Amino acid sequence: MFLDSSDLQAIFLTVKLAAIVTAILLVVGTPIAWWLARSRSRWKGPIGAIVALPLVLPPSVLGFYLLLAMGPHGPVGHLTSALGIGALPFTFWGLVLASVFYSLPFMVQPLQNAFEAIGDRPLEVAATLRASPLDTFFTVALPMALPGYLTASILTFAHTVGEFGVVLMIGGNIPGITRVVSVQIYDHVEAMEYSQAHRLAAVMLVFSFLVLLTLYAWRPNTRKG
Amino acid sequence: MKLLKMMFITCSLLCITSVAQSAEVHVAVAANFTAPMKQIAAEFEKETGHKVVLSFGASGKFYAQIKNGAPFHLFLSADDEKPIQLIKDGLAVDGSRFTYANGTLVLWSAKPGYVDTKGEVLGRGHFNKIAIANPKLAPYGAAAIELLTKKGLLAAMTPKLVQGENISQTFQFVSTGNAELGFVALSQVMKDGKVTSGSAWVVPGALHSPIRQDAVLLSVGKDNVAAKDLMNFLKTEKVKITIRSYGYEN
Repeated sequence: MFLDSSDLQAIFLTVKLAAIVTAILLVVGTPIAWWLARSRSRWKGPIGAIVALPLVLPPSVLGFYLLLAMGPHGPVGHLTSALGIGALPFTFWGLVLASVFYSLPFMVQPLQNAFEAIGDRPLEVAATLRASPLDTFFTVALPMALPGYLTASILTFAHTVGEFGVVLMIGGNIPGITRVVSVQIYDHVEAMEYSQAHRLAAVMLVFSFLVLLTLYAWRPNTRKG
Repeated sequence: MKLLKMMFITCSLLCITSVAQSAEVHVAVAANFTAPMKQIAAEFEKETGHKVVLSFGASGKFYAQIKNGAPFHLFLSADDEKPIQLIKDGLAVDGSRFTYANGTLVLWSAKPGYVDTKGEVLGRGHFNKIAIANPKLAPYGAAAIELLTKKGLLAAMTPKLVQGENISQTFQFVSTGNAELGFVALSQVMKDGKVTSGSAWVVPGALHSPIRQDAVLLSVGKDNVAAKDLMNFLKTEKVKITIRSYGYEN
């Protein structure tokens, strides 16, 4: 067998994590991106900067703060234990929450660009035709921003798959729950199991290339259209 | 262009001569030995005038780097397996391997009074998470699994186990309270011969195989005077006392 069962388990877990995170960010990212694209508020700068933070922060910083925040003495930890969920580190949903933060800019920024590219005109036209703002969003803005949604979703999915540092900091390396592919590869390398590391790393390489190829090959067509 | 070339040549010459004059040793050190090694290196520099450049990290990563030409002269591993393998690979000097420290396993909690002095808290199992170092990678993790197996607690503990990728991360999980307790290295919770915070059970050495930490002279450093001096320095009684004060045996 090319990959053993623990490798396959890690792949399945990674895909599941990335899919859930992408779905959550589609819902959470849309209003943030819309607001950032349309607002003239003085808070636009600070909020935009906060959204972009994970792009520049080392995963160790993000992971460290998340570990403290989600731990039993942190604010998120207090909240989750008050809600009866318990502490989030070392759980799958803890990883989901962390990844939502970590991948936020990869969803919000392409969407924001897409929304900004629409401009005021189509929305004003819709308004003169008595479309409500919500109606305008779903019937005018959303279809026009569809390429942006595709880019944002692919980038978010791929970036979550490629996540390593944050998972290492808060995951606890539990098979089937928090041991994702990047951590599994790391384990193989650390344990001097280079041939297993090679196989899984090759899978990641091919996957990442195909994702980016899809993204770049598909983009020029939409520009023409 | 000519000026640039001249500057480059001068620079390279300067670099070469400076290396030749002051003996400098680059050491790869297992993360758990960070604190004692800093102290030992400072004493060594003061006594000999050599310069020591320390890199700290996971032993497995160092192994991979050394195999791929990392310029370390000396390797202080967290186990004995990797130095043995490096000798087999022809990347370390045969016969230079020695045990610089034996690790002591400790069951530790950040909460005072949580871990009793006999470790009976394990059997009661009133906790959600117990942290260990990845047993596949870290000798401290393997020793913890061995102990749990011997006590017949492994099956009961398995759903509660969380793994740090090394002993430092394991310590971090416990010290932040994310795991109520965990198996860490005594050296991490001990300063000047005392456990400084929380509560701990020092696991008797008879309950698991020894956690032997070996050092080896790498082929890159076989003609390096400072590397050889440092190896001998690590074997002196004075340094052994320092190492013991950090919670190791030797």
